[in-house]
This record gives sequence, C-alpha cells and structure tokens, in this order.
Amino acid sequence: MSDLDDLRRTLPMVGAEPSILDDTSIAHVVAHGHHILSRRTVPGLRVEMEETPDAIVGKLIVEAGVQIAQPIHMCFGLAHPTGVQQITIDVQICEGAQARVLSHCLFPLAQAAEHRMQAVMEIGPGASLIYTEGHYHGPHGGMQVLPHATIKIGKGARYFSDFSLLSGSVGNLDIDYLVEVEEEGIAELSAKIFAHKTDHITLKEAVMLRGERSRGLIKTRVVLDGEARAEITGITEAHAKGARGHVDCMEIVQGQAQASAIPIVRVFHPEAKVTHEAAIGSVDKKELETLMARGLTPEQAVEMIVSGILR
Amino acid sequence: MILPLLDIRDLTFAAGNQKILDRLDLTIHPREIHALLGANGSGKTTLAYLLMGCEGYASTSGTVLFKGADLLSLKMHERAKLGLTLAWQEPARFEGITVREYLTLGRSESDPKPVLVQVGLDPDRYLNRRVDKALSGGERHRIELASVLSMKPTLAILDEPAAGIDMLSMNHIIDIIRALKAAGGSVLLITHQEEVALIADRASQLCAGHIIFSGSPREAVAHFRGRTCVRCDGEVCNYVRP
Repeated sequence: MSDLDDLRRTLPMVGAEPSILDDTSIAHVVAHGHHILSRRTVPGLRVEMEETPDAIVGKLIVEAGVQIAQPIHMCFGLAHPTGVQQITIDVQICEGAQARVLSHCLFPLAQAAEHRMQAVMEIGPGASLIYTEGHYHGPHGGMQVLPHATIKIGKGARYFSDFSLLSGSVGNLDIDYLVEVEEEGIAELSAKIFAHKTDHITLKEAVMLRGERSRGLIKTRVVLDGEARAEITGITEAHAKGARGHVDCMEIVQGQAQASAIPIVRVFHPEAKVTHEAAIGSVDKKELETLMARGLTPEQAVEMIVSGILR
Repeated sequence: MILPLLDIRDLTFAAGNQKILDRLDLTIHPREIHALLGANGSGKTTLAYLLMGCEGYASTSGTVLFKGADLLSLKMHERAKLGLTLAWQEPARFEGITVREYLTLGRSESDPKPVLVQVGLDPDRYLNRRVDKALSGGERHRIELASVLSMKPTLAILDEPAAGIDMLSMNHIIDIIRALKAAGGSVLLITHQEEVALIADRASQLCAGHIIFSGSPREAVAHFRGRTCVRCDGEVCNYVRP
C-alpha cells in the first residue's frame, strides 16, 4: 500500500472523507514527509508547492474577489513510525476573497516523529478565511508537533481558526500563533485538545488588536487525564479605539494531570476593552450531580460533560 | 393502609456544630404533591440535597425509606434509577450539550419533543440549542422541568421550580407539576410562592431544620404567615429546639 493510500485511510480520524481527494471540484494538497503526493487546484486558487530536502515550501494564494466554493484540503503527515516533516507556507487571501481551508495533520503510526509548520497568513482587506486544523497522532505518544504561525488580518477582514486534537495521543505539542488585526478586522481562535498519559501541551496564542473597532476572541478547551501537562497562554492586546477582545480558557484536569492557564490582557487605549475568564479544575460538581440525578453513573456523566466541552 | 412512598424518620444533618436538619420527620405518599414551606435558611434545600445524595450531604442520623428501600445507603445515580430526581433551583449550564441530548439522557430511544411542548417550548427552536449560558433563566428552568418530565420519576424534588418564571408562565409551571402527578409520580415541591404551594395535596412547614406543621396547603400557608421564629425574622415560633 502506498503512503498516499495510508494517509487517505486515516482521513476519517479527523472527520474528513477520503473521497474528497477524488473530487475534481475540490482543491487539495497531500504531502508525506517532504514529498508532495497529490495536488489539485481550482479556478482562483494558486498552489505553488516545492519539495526541498529539508522542507516543503510553498504558497497558497486565493486571488482577489474570488470565493472558493468548496473547502481547500491540505493533508500533511507521515505514514511511518519515524520521520520529520517541515512545512513552510505562505497563505494569502487577497482583497475581498473568501476561502475555507481544512488542514489535516495525520501521523497514525508516530513513535518518534516530528512535524513543524512555519506559516505566514495574510488576510487582505475585506477577505475571509476559515481555517480548520485537525490532528491525529496515533496511539503511541511519540509525536512532536510545533505549529507556529503569524497571521495578519487586514481592514474589515475576518479570520476564524479551529484547532482540534481529540482522539489518540497528543505527544508533545507546542503551538505558537501571533495574530495582528487591523481596523474592523475580526480574529477568532479556538483550540480543543484532549491529552492523556504523558502528553505535554504548550499553547501560546496572541491577538494584537491594532486597528479601531477590531475584535478578537481566544477560546481554549483542554481536557487532561493520566499524567498529562498543559501550559496555556492567551494574550490579547488592544491598541486602538473601540477594540474589543476576550480570552476564554477552560481546562479540565483528571487523574494526576496538571494544568496552568495564563490569560494576559493589555489595553493601550481608553476606549478599548479586553476581558478574560479562565477556569481550571475537575469537572464541575453541579453539572456532574445534575446528570447523576438523571440516572447517569459518575463515569457516564464525566464522559458526557467532557465531550460537550470539546465539541 | 397505603405505605408512604418516602418515609423520613428522625433525620439529622449537621454542618460542623450546627444542626441544619434536626430530627426531621416527613412522609410523602404515592401520587401526592407535597409542598415544603419555610424561610430562607430553614433547611429546605439541604433536605433536597440530602435526599438526592449530593456530595457533602450525608445524614448524621435518621432513616429514609424510599419505595421501602434504604435510600441513604444508595449512591446518587442509584437513587435516580429507583425513580428519584431533583430539579435544582439554579440549574447547571452545560457547554456543548444540546437540549435533545439533555432530554434523552441514558434513553436515546425516547422522543424529547412532547416534553418540550409540555413546558411551552417549541421543539423546532430548542432541540438543537445548547444547554449553556445562552439560555435565559426562564428557558433553563423550563428545560430542567422538561428533563424531569422525561424521566417519568416516582418522586421529583422541585426546588423553587417557578423561580425566575414570569407571571404569565406561572400557570404553565403549575400544569407541569400536575402533569408529574398525573403520570403517576409524586412531587416534593419546595417553594416560596403561595400560588404554587396551594396546588399541593398537603404541605409542611420547615423551621430550624424541623417540621413544625403539616396539613392542608391553605393551613400551612396561613401557619407560615402567622408564625415567625428565630430563623424567620427574630421572633419566637412554637418550635423550641430541645
């Protein structure tokens, strides 16, 4: 079986259908390690990807005013237990364009593997990008994942991201995103992670509200069990009149797991406002007892509450 | 002679040195709506939590038989499986859980629509909403009552079911309480609202953790109004702690 077949078969682990790679109306890139195995583009979308010995380097450009009807699928991964993958990518959503990108990061057999992503995204004036990133790292816990990105959101542009890693092990995850938002721009970053055993998460997301009436939201939901560890930092700075930001972090800790949450909010203009809420602890007692008063066992109640939080 | 559904004898619960429930006796019969009146701090909610088996509410002494079983020896979900449930005064909010899921807990085959209609909510608008902070207090209360209805409990403890409900919806809440009885269940109705208490078959007044009066709802309301006590507002009632 080929590496492409192996990655295809794993797509359902992140909620994607393998058949999307056969649909001629849907753009995609599939890369295994530093090899591009498959690609397709659609009108208005330019995908310029290059294989190098050390990385896959490329650009994804949605031309001005174009609305890409179907989501663009970027499938990165390794079908082997070991290996390294480095992705260096520039994403440009030009003025007035709209696109949805589904990034699937698949490492089903990882035992000592590494995935690094260095991304620069520019969302042009009035443009919109919905970026959904789903990870599956297999059961072994031998994955190092380091996605780092700088995202620039132009005047009146919108950026919504949703990172999820909900099944299998996490391994060592180190996310570092910096988002700059111009006038009337909107940035919403959501992350949902379920960590087990000795998984370790470092998540740092920073939203800089530079423009007037810009908006930012950082929402993080992390559930930890076993001996998992997490350090979550959500930073929002408001620098202009009418800027509004919110940081919302919830971590559920079970077993011997440990978590920290550091919301950092800074305001540099008297007519700006940033709020935050952070909660770390076990499953909420009242929620638990409510479900048990309806007949669920403690285990069923915890499972239901956790699955709701990570939805 | 009809055996009581719930038979509480000499029930005491202390928090530290303070007795919250003090040798409390109370019986509730099958298909009975029993209102429990009492001032703030008299022990009504503590009794509800203790009966349901909430964490931190283990009795100091006394017995509780429910359907003949030793209720206090059972875990919370076992009490629920036996037909007992509780609707909290301030119901919990659940991130991500839909109304549909909440109304079919452990019973995925059941249809949640009829109970939503019964509490006056449109299933098309509410089934896929989440039981989270976006619901108003009144909506959340109704969904809590729908959840209780969907369980078809033998005994539902309703802690201030009409709190936060607008006056126009009060009759709706009263109809729901009656529906629980019509379905064959009993209700322990904790309330401060006379209008709600008066629909009960019997009523008791709780004061300083002790039942000081039981009778018809009208008598109990009159007693509650006429009698004050140390706990109520600094006067003296006819219950003297031994």
